[in-house]
Amino acid sequence: MAEPTTTVGSVAVERRRTGPDTRARVVRRVASVVRYVLLLAVAAVIVTPVLYAAIGGFRDAPQLAANPVAMPDPWVWTNYTDSLFSASFWIQLKNSVLVAGLSTIVVVLFGALAAFVIARRQFPGREAAYTLFTLGLLFPVTVAILPLLILVRDIGLLNTPFGIAIPEAAFGLPLTIIILRPFFRSIPMELEDAAAIDGCGSLGFFFRILLPLARPALVTVAVLAIVSSWNQFLLPLVMLSDASQWTLPLGVTNFSTQYTTDTARILAYTTLALIPALGFYVVAERQLVGGLTAGSVKG
Amino acid sequence: MAGLFLLPALALYALFVLFPIVQAARYSLYDWNGLEALDQFVGLANYQRALNDPVFRGSVVHNGLIVVLSLLIQIPVALALALALNRRFHGRAILRLVFFAPYVIAEVITGIVWSLILQPNGLAEHLLEAIGMGDAYHPWLADPGTVLYALFLIITWKYFGFHMILLLAGLQGIPREVEEAAEIDGATRWQALRHVTLPLLGPTLRVSVFLSIIGSLQLFDLVWVTTRGGPVNASNTMAVYMFDRGFVRFQFGYGSAVAVILFLICFVLALFYQRWVLRRDTEGATTYG
Repeated sequence: MAEPTTTVGSVAVERRRTGPDTRARVVRRVASVVRYVLLLAVAAVIVTPVLYAAIGGFRDAPQLAANPVAMPDPWVWTNYTDSLFSASFWIQLKNSVLVAGLSTIVVVLFGALAAFVIARRQFPGREAAYTLFTLGLLFPVTVAILPLLILVRDIGLLNTPFGIAIPEAAFGLPLTIIILRPFFRSIPMELEDAAAIDGCGSLGFFFRILLPLARPALVTVAVLAIVSSWNQFLLPLVMLSDASQWTLPLGVTNFSTQYTTDTARILAYTTLALIPALGFYVVAERQLVGGLTAGSVKG
Repeated sequence: MAGLFLLPALALYALFVLFPIVQAARYSLYDWNGLEALDQFVGLANYQRALNDPVFRGSVVHNGLIVVLSLLIQIPVALALALALNRRFHGRAILRLVFFAPYVIAEVITGIVWSLILQPNGLAEHLLEAIGMGDAYHPWLADPGTVLYALFLIITWKYFGFHMILLLAGLQGIPREVEEAAEIDGATRWQALRHVTLPLLGPTLRVSVFLSIIGSLQLFDLVWVTTRGGPVNASNTMAVYMFDRGFVRFQFGYGSAVAVILFLICFVLALFYQRWVLRRDTEGATTYG
């Protein structure tokens, strides 16, 4: 327990006069201070490595070796500007965006189509199809990666964004379908009947009524797909030997082995690669949390 | 009609998820380098070789250790923080945002930054010196005796927020009145937590435990960029071992056998977990299983 502060101490004196009620309040007060201190300590542990990388990028190698704790003196901009003016950073950024965009479009569209019939139609094998998809959560890319390389090579997609985006989409289908199914199911049947009376077929209902209504759920699965594609490392590592096709995780890794001795440069490049992900996180945190918890917690 | 909607997803899934797993099982029966014709049938010899290889057995043990440490340390930490955040106070939203942030940072980036922090003359050593504990520094990632624990700490840094978020969502589904009722009946805070909150949180905890186990068994990215399984195989995981044998040494048949073993371990564990643990929960809570 922390040392009682003066306020807590004076309340403690009061306690003797007024009885156990105030005592409980003191305990609660101390507990809340302790809680704050612990939570802030954890926050510091989380933030420190990120700040270290961001600030470390502003040093030069001798500064970093001499004292990585202090502020840079002077602030060196060249690590950041060199990376920002290098073609490879922008090419990798573009490739990452392209792959994430492709895989997200495919997984959301295909996943929504499948979730629609699984949620709202009766047909033989419906439950079997759903079970088959849920089983996919157990098949990590890792297990399938050797045959995937052979497959992607045989269909001629090595060293293309498709060679990564399509397997990513395929492995993202289970979670997408699991999250979308209850949303689609919750949209009243009457709405579909009314649409049918007005001459709207299944396809029309799906695109013109269901998808717009399910927009929050679609955004959620899209956010999950973007984050998982953005951080995907194994697939690009295996499929992309051509440096002009590299995505950011691959580029960062390669950069860090290329400049092993120049820590400050690595930190700057890593920080730049980190910014889009953190920016996206700040914007889409709600959807991300919603999606992850919808997939695993009753609700 | 339903078939038309189902077809694109099913085709994609069958071709890129199911088919490769079947293929892995097939390749695992051959001695194959991935390029020449697949004609050196060796039966179960690859499996025999893997199970007799001390390096592979070591990597299974390493995965097991990460699983155990995750369950003993990571989940309780996540639970404690979820409990702390499950009440109103100033700064709660921002703390939640910060704690969960490492989840969106790629394992690769996490690994690079942390290995720079932990390397000799890095941030960790200087910070320890600054508080007069310079002697406590040790190149943890370079020592076979400590490398796994160092990796585990990095894993915890990245993933505790994820579990915290799941558990927090679970906690928010528990009506406040239930705990209050227990306290009115004379239960202490601790008793209310132990006998009311935790049992009600059971379904979420079990999902969190399951995801933690499966994640620990598949560990690859972080290890690959920080240690590549070294020093002297001390941090090899099953996935790193598979990647090294398959893609670095071009032993596709053998690598496939390792992949199948990894798959079987996950699959059997999941079946067992589904059957004996998740089963008690309602349908909605087991959507992951």
